Amino acid sequence: MIELKGVSCRFGSTVAVDAINLTVETGEVCVLVGSSGCGKSTTLRMINRLLPHSAGEISVDGQDIRRIDVRKLRLNMGYAIQGTGLFPHWTVARNVALVPKLLGWSRDRITTRVDELLTLLGLAPETFANKYPEQLSGGQAQRVGVARALAADPNILLMDEPFGALDAITRDNLQNEMLRIQRQVHKTTVFVTHDIDEALRLATRIAVMDQGRILQHDTPENILRSPANAFVENLLGSQDRGLKLSALRRVGDAMSRHPQPCEPDLETDWLSEDDSLRQALSVMLWHEAEQLPVRDAGGAEIGVLSRDQIWTGAT
Amino acid sequence: MRVFIRPCVWLLALLFCASFMSVFEALFGWFQPGQTSLIYQRAGFLSLLQNHVLLVLISGSIGTAMAVSAGILVTRGWGRDFLPLASQVASIGQTFPPVAVLALAVPVLGFGEAPTLMALVLYGLLPILRNTLVGLDGIAPAVKEAASGMGMSPTQVLLKVELPLAGRVILAGVRTSVTINIATAAIGSTIGARTLGDPVIAGLVNGNTGYVLQGALLIGLLAITTDSLFEALQRTWSQRLLAAAVAG
Ligand SMILES: Nc1ncnc2c1ncn2[C@@H]1O[C@H](COP(=O)(O)OP(=O)(O)OP(=O)(O)O)[C@@H](O)[C@H]1O
Ligand SMILES: [Mg+2]
Repeated sequence: MIELKGVSCRFGSTVAVDAINLTVETGEVCVLVGSSGCGKSTTLRMINRLLPHSAGEISVDGQDIRRIDVRKLRLNMGYAIQGTGLFPHWTVARNVALVPKLLGWSRDRITTRVDELLTLLGLAPETFANKYPEQLSGGQAQRVGVARALAADPNILLMDEPFGALDAITRDNLQNEMLRIQRQVHKTTVFVTHDIDEALRLATRIAVMDQGRILQHDTPENILRSPANAFVENLLGSQDRGLKLSALRRVGDAMSRHPQPCEPDLETDWLSEDDSLRQALSVMLWHEAEQLPVRDAGGAEIGVLSRDQIWTGAT
Repeated sequence: MRVFIRPCVWLLALLFCASFMSVFEALFGWFQPGQTSLIYQRAGFLSLLQNHVLLVLISGSIGTAMAVSAGILVTRGWGRDFLPLASQVASIGQTFPPVAVLALAVPVLGFGEAPTLMALVLYGLLPILRNTLVGLDGIAPAVKEAASGMGMSPTQVLLKVELPLAGRVILAGVRTSVTINIATAAIGSTIGARTLGDPVIAGLVNGNTGYVLQGALLIGLLAITTDSLFEALQRTWSQRLLAAAVAG
């Protein structure tokens, strides 16, 4: 658990972060979102003590971070940043192995772990382990950056726009992977972005920041339903809120299930359980369909989703 | 290893000329018909070469150690205040003629090897300092932020990240510095240091073009040898890093 109580950060006369209070529960993903320069990165850097806080108190699992040895603190916090910060003179494998090596793991254990992580992030170790960062595409480099942050299995993940500067498709893939990984490992995560859709998608709770303050800290759903003020409403794009809300819901939670999985009808288009209601709505609009079958990963039809169920499910 | 063939060839040429200058006696006699003494005899070329190289080597080592340390110091948190000063000194120093440095050293240290050494160290510092600053400054901030954010100690960041990444640029600075100093060391002969500048000065004083050419030839060969050695080192730098990455 990470707790910030009345934390401020000043650079000379400018106040980058202004007396914020924020609690990130163990295992939850807290997304800091806000426009450029509002103090998101500064907040993150104060948590791993890259920047000292000028006032207030930051504690990790109940312990004041100023009392924790700074290296010990950081070794227990995976850190991934925009632009990756990969070491250009090290191979992908060595980059990922950074923290395990600092922790003095054995060579075998490191090799096993690096392979495991590269595989987890969809980078075949045979192909990528010995490449240099300059030989990677932007998306691949971002994955390596995330793998490096995860390497020593830290309790806490700090991610500063790790998927910034990527095209929409790669970004989408990485977000999916992040959700998948998070379901497996449940890290306490602070994730910075200025993309509200990314925030809504990844967050357990979102903290909306503006000019060094936290305007609202709540679940994506509550933020969408009752934005605290005009700034938050504006950030959400008021006309899009309905669709954004439907994007938070899974098809699997709104559909009616067959008692038994059955053979799919190969003619019609279909949905999968993990699709969002927003996607379902789009597919229905396209096909002008009243309802659509839902298939599981194996291809068997496990239920149907009707238009009415979207309506009731999304609101 | 193939990149080291060129410097080796130049080195052989240099050693040959320094050991057997007399084989060219006829050549020097041909364009200086009236001259009785054709080859510089006051000291052996080999011992002059040795002394010359020693001066450059010692001053180069001291200069590199000092300039790199200074460059590192002013780029740390607590030395940052001196960074503008250091980079100003580094660029102004380049416009200062070497002879002037030499002339200024004499009143302080008298004549001989000592003032030459001091002048060489001082003059050699600046290109190395400048390149150390450029090299360290050129490292992407994200790389350094990641390094310390992931838990590397400041020393580890310096030794494992900053210096390897800045190394190529620093090496280029050392190359410039040493090459300049090979020429500057020769001027040291005017203030009594024994270098390959001796025959040049003696030739100029006595009107013996042969002596001048012999000194110049050896200085030129030494400069080329050294420069091609650095060229080879710089080329192998990235390969060395690759090897280190595989081994480490
Ligand atoms: N080292 C620093 N020195 C002085 N001012 C700084 C420093 N770092 C940040 N600031 C200022 O603090 C404010 C917050 O910066 P911060 O980097 O936290 O913004 P951000 O929310 O991460 O923005 P972005 O989305 O553009 O990354 C900005 O006004 C910035 O100019
Ligand atoms: Mg930022």
